[in-house]
Amino acid sequence: MNDFISRVMDTFVTEGRWEWFVSGLGYTMLITLFAVILGCIIGVLMALMRLSKSKILRAVSGVYIDVIRGTPTMVQLLIINFVILAPINVPAWIIGSVAFGINSGAYIAEIVRGGILSVNIGQTEAGRSLGMTSGQTMRHIIMPQAMKNILPALGNEFVVLIKETAVVGMISNIDLVGAARKVQGRTYDYLVPLLSIAAIYYVVIKIISLLLNKLEQGMRKADKR
Amino acid sequence: MIKVTGLKKSFGDLEVLKGIDEHIKKGEKVVIIGPSGSGKSTFLRCLNLLEIPTEGEILIEGECITDPKTNVNKIREKMGMVFQQFNLFPHLSVKDNITLAPMKVKKVTKEQAEEKARELLEMVGLADKADAYPAQLSGGQQQRIAIARALAMEPDIMLFDEPTSALDPEMVGEVLQVMKNLADAGMTMVVVTHEMGFAREVGSRVLFMDGGYILEQGTPEEVFSNPQNDRTKEFLSKIL
Repeated sequence: MNDFISRVMDTFVTEGRWEWFVSGLGYTMLITLFAVILGCIIGVLMALMRLSKSKILRAVSGVYIDVIRGTPTMVQLLIINFVILAPINVPAWIIGSVAFGINSGAYIAEIVRGGILSVNIGQTEAGRSLGMTSGQTMRHIIMPQAMKNILPALGNEFVVLIKETAVVGMISNIDLVGAARKVQGRTYDYLVPLLSIAAIYYVVIKIISLLLNKLEQGMRKADKR
Repeated sequence: MIKVTGLKKSFGDLEVLKGIDEHIKKGEKVVIIGPSGSGKSTFLRCLNLLEIPTEGEILIEGECITDPKTNVNKIREKMGMVFQQFNLFPHLSVKDNITLAPMKVKKVTKEQAEEKARELLEMVGLADKADAYPAQLSGGQQQRIAIARALAMEPDIMLFDEPTSALDPEMVGEVLQVMKNLADAGMTMVVVTHEMGFAREVGSRVLFMDGGYILEQGTPEEVFSNPQNDRTKEFLSKIL
């Protein structure tokens, strides 16, 4: 028992190592947040291209979605780090954000596309019959309704991304997994650091899931106005 | 005002409109009747290009709208449309439903658009519902809002696609009354409907369609009391 307590102390207290976990969690969340934002931008763009009248735009987004979904996230991260962004010196968290954003964009594109298609065709017809352009109709009428429909799926994508960013450990030690590895390097103890970050991931994801559920319920209530 | 020549429309192998020639003049209230599947809704939807005609020519106020170079949006500004399913925007309040298009398309200021919305809501008898959302309203109320929304663009022509078919019977009257007021105010109207009472009372001309053709037309008096075509007789005998 004493041995276990001293291992916990070594993991968190000695050298102020708890700060490594705090900073690691901070980077994990930072990467996730930027990746989600970038993913949403790419996702909406790709979804609109996928639904556009232009064959070229449809093909471009089709290939993008196909390639990204057909290759491992880790390989994409390594390619961006060691090939595409290798010549310039970019902080690891930015590389991670870009890689996960590009990856997530492909999945979000399909979510957004489904959301747009779920809005009744009568809404488009009503907008167009009032003289609005297809762009205006999309922006003011279809998108607001589509976004509301896909919010649960987007929330889920956010949660998935928090976990996926653990892969960023392949290129750097900045995130939560990195914190555990730094501790291991000092103490040669695997059990406590790894179980600790598992617990931290679990709690964070639990909290965010609960918040997203609340948000969804609130929106459903607003529907019954 | 609306001149249609040789209009044909096919969906895949199915030819829905087989050649329509029709001239609708300013101020006319044309009522289109006929069995379901006769092509009457498709004809109406071709007039503002919600369906793209396969063949033929449509002139609106002298402009050929079937010409690919025509700005479809400009044409649609002149033609309001009211749908069977209302198609109000559920995420916007009644007021915003009405002011959206004038503000975005005609670049009217918010104040002007809201002033106009107030007038229109007054006209359809729903002045107190400006801040309500569509889901809070009855079908009849929603359809009256939809009419107000179309009128907010100050169209020259109003198209009605079975405006009362999705309504509970007791709400049909309130919508027809609004349409009747509009007709009395001189609006050019094309109405697809199953409401024969309305056709008789408000229509200046009745078209009977079946099988993709206009088979008979005339004043309500002529068509209802003394139909010439056998299909018209058969149809009227079933519904009157």
